[in-house]
Formats: sequence, C-alpha cells, structure tokens
Amino acid sequence: MDILYFAWVRERIGLPREQVQTTAATVADLVVELRAKEERYAVAFSDLSALRVAVDQELTEFDAPLEGAREVAFFPPMTGG
Amino acid sequence: MRIIVQQGSFDPGAELNAFSKGRSDIGAIVTFSGVVRDVIGDELRSMEIEHYPGMTEAALTKIASEAQARWDLGDLLVIHRHGRLEPCDVIMMVATAARHRKHAFEAAEYLMDYLKSRAPFWKKEYTKTDAGWVVSKTEDEDALKRW
Repeated sequence: MDILYFAWVRERIGLPREQVQTTAATVADLVVELRAKEERYAVAFSDLSALRVAVDQELTEFDAPLEGAREVAFFPPMTGG
Repeated sequence: MRIIVQQGSFDPGAELNAFSKGRSDIGAIVTFSGVVRDVIGDELRSMEIEHYPGMTEAALTKIASEAQARWDLGDLLVIHRHGRLEPCDVIMMVATAARHRKHAFEAAEYLMDYLKSRAPFWKKEYTKTDAGWVVSKTEDEDALKRW
C-alpha cells in the first residue's frame, strides 16, 4: 500500500511517500502500525485530532476500512484559497 | 466548467474577460481572488503551497459539480496555484456566471468555503525570522455548516 504524507506530517516523518506491507483493517489500525515503526512516526501521529486522512484520494475518517485501498494519505487540515 | 491547478502565475483580468466573452445568456458574474498577504509583525518573504496531485483536481471537480447542481450557473471557473509565491501574488481565483446575481454570489461563496477546507492545499509562510505552516481556522470549518 502507498502511504503519502503532506505538509508538516511529511516534514516530521521525513519523506513524502513510502510503500508498506500491512494487514490493517482500518486507517486507525494502520496508524497503530506506523506509530510503532519509529519515534518520528509516533511524534507525527501523536494527536489524530490534528490530522486528516484520505483513502484513494477521498477524504475520510480514521475508522474507515482499508479493504481494497491502494493509497492512504495523512496531512493536517487544509489551508487553500 | 474549468478547473485549473498550475504552478505558474496567471492574469485574473484576462481570465475574467475570456470567461465572460460572448455569453449573452449571462447577467451576472462574480469573481474572487485570493492574494498572498503580509504577516502582521513580521516580513513575509515568500509562500510555498503544497498540494496533493490527483486528489486536488478530483476534490475541486467534486466541489464545483455540487455548486452547479445547487445553483443555476451558466459557467464556473477555478484556478489555483501551487509552488512558490511572493507577497501580492494572486494565489487563486473563482468565477461564477449566472442569469441572476444571487446564484452567482452564493455559488462563489460556496466554492470558496469548500475549497478552503476540503481541497488538499497547504500553505507555508517564510518570513524574515521564521518559517511555518499556516494553521487552519475553526471558522473555516464552521463556515461549511451554513450550506
């Protein structure tokens, strides 16, 4: 599965995207796996209320299922306009 | 309907003229332009706008399609830049065209409210002394509730 990071999430983790092997059933399960990887992940994912998530380029919630998903992106609330 | 996400600058006046040219069915055009603003108490040197290629276009198209479904619009235009911008640069514009102004005004406000917190753009400000990501405002999220 492709995992993408944007804005300060990208900076904190130190890379814009990576591939991970996962059997996580939901986004929240995936976050638990990512947090366990390294300290920088634990820091980036310490407060989920400060993060938003998109599954296959569609904004969703952290309890969203990952079955069939190809791409998950994590980022802070958007600030366009 | 045109949705454009680009790195380069654009001329909002020229875009408006092209948008309205030859449309005798249109009685009202509303435009909004977002501009790189100074930082109070500091000196803004530049702004970097990051986005999520693919999702950005999809999110903008979804928002624009919803606006077309809700209001009687002749046409609409969204242009949003990404990459490095300088103070006073135009970041983005929306234009809505309708037979009557109420539809054009409301649709433009709707597009802006949703674009601000549902289209995947993130701004980083580089000032004389600091660099930091712009923090989203709770009123931007609250603004969606009226629709």
